Amino acid sequence: MSVDYTNGELQTVVAARSLAGKRSCFIGVGRPSTAALLARMVHNPRLVLVYESGTIGAKPYHVPLSIGDGELAQTADLVVSVPEMFNYWIGPGRVQVAFLGAAQIDPQANLNSTVIGDYEHPRTRLPGAGGAPEIATGCAEVVVIAPHSKRTFVQRLDFKTTRGERTTLVITDLGVLEPRDGSLCLTAVHPGVSVDEVRENTGFELAVSESLKVSEPPSTKELNALRELASR
Amino acid sequence: MAQIVSLSEAVEATVQDGASVALEGFTHLIPFAAGHEVLRQGRRELELIRMTPDILYDQMIGVGAARRLVFSYGGNPGVGSLHRFRDAVEHGWPRPIEVEEHSHAGMANRYVAGASRLPFMVMRGYEGTDLAAHTNVATVICPFTGEQLAAVPALNPEVAIVHAQEADRDGNVQLWGIPGVQKEAVLAAQRSVVTVERIVDELELRPGGVVIPGWVIDYVAPAPGGSLPSYALGITERDNDFYREWDLISRDREHFQAWMSEQGLLG
Repeated sequence: MSVDYTNGELQTVVAARSLAGKRSCFIGVGRPSTAALLARMVHNPRLVLVYESGTIGAKPYHVPLSIGDGELAQTADLVVSVPEMFNYWIGPGRVQVAFLGAAQIDPQANLNSTVIGDYEHPRTRLPGAGGAPEIATGCAEVVVIAPHSKRTFVQRLDFKTTRGERTTLVITDLGVLEPRDGSLCLTAVHPGVSVDEVRENTGFELAVSESLKVSEPPSTKELNALRELASR
Repeated sequence: MAQIVSLSEAVEATVQDGASVALEGFTHLIPFAAGHEVLRQGRRELELIRMTPDILYDQMIGVGAARRLVFSYGGNPGVGSLHRFRDAVEHGWPRPIEVEEHSHAGMANRYVAGASRLPFMVMRGYEGTDLAAHTNVATVICPFTGEQLAAVPALNPEVAIVHAQEADRDGNVQLWGIPGVQKEAVLAAQRSVVTVERIVDELELRPGGVVIPGWVIDYVAPAPGGSLPSYALGITERDNDFYREWDLISRDREHFQAWMSEQGLLG
């Protein structure tokens, strides 16, 4: 039986699957947070969620709006200060996976979350680095979750906020990219998405894997859990 | 020893035009009431310092109170942009603003150096990013291993203002929940103000609670509900709806000014 779902839902489901078997994951707000909560519900109930606000082992029932919602502190195994979070936990590599987002990503998976346009006279001032630069060099595996568009996937970043060397997966609403020989390569498309469609939405020359896969559609169990989570 | 005074007295005694002020709070315990009092007293030309300038700094920037911002993440968490901050950087409205930005790890370590009264802290970071060329960071060589590390300069604001759940009558403060960098900010600053939800006869120490003794604080001021629409864990709840509403209020200059005027915050 096929179930109707959106590509956004599939993106969240694919991101959640990437956390099966992982020990700990650093997450920001929005889709990454939803994916990590879904992973705990469906794939990995022991997954330790770490938020940069200092909550380690948070077990929120609701998808938090901010990384500092009260529920995170109330359900955490421990709550630490910001200096402790970065100096004791992230820097030494104690958190295995990081979920990051960005406004721009280049073929080497470097990220921009600082400005669009010139730094001194930006066309769009973005929020800035936050924790991303040290999270991306501290965690062993970085998973980038981003919308797939030419604006996001660019040949050259306007500003390099965060280094891409540790990126293992880029999960979009069209498919999945992985680094191959130092540049991102399309390794899976979501059901119903063509390679041409991905190419049209990518601002750099897109490498495509010879063994290109089609993402498994959400199972009924995954979709029900995701929708139940969203309705809380 | 901390003096327990009214909020207006505490702000008047510490924040002058041109001051460098850190109103800290990492999504939790953001000192909104104190920031609003700074605006009511009409302070201008401020250097505003904070890891995560959110709605409060958007308001202060939007009325033109800041000449400079030192920060690491300027967004409305979970919602999107800070429109007044963007307007100031992108279009110089209502006045141009100078920015100095770091990563969270960089800012946190700048406070640690400041609180330790050390000139700088070392960390791994900045290398290989464009941030390094646009901010105040240097490299040092470890004298023991030869490793090249980033050095970030101490941050010692003239004034730090933070919010906490409670203080006793001697001005000893306790906060709990997400602790952010509040203790570091107070210890790094030359003068400090802590606003509190309540004054109690005796602090009841809590697991994970952070105590800041009254003898390192200059002023404690009662400000019940003083971190709303942020929150004080166990006492008030984060007003997530307002964080979403702010996106609409702040998007348009006139709408923003009308709202600030209604709240008596145009100074």
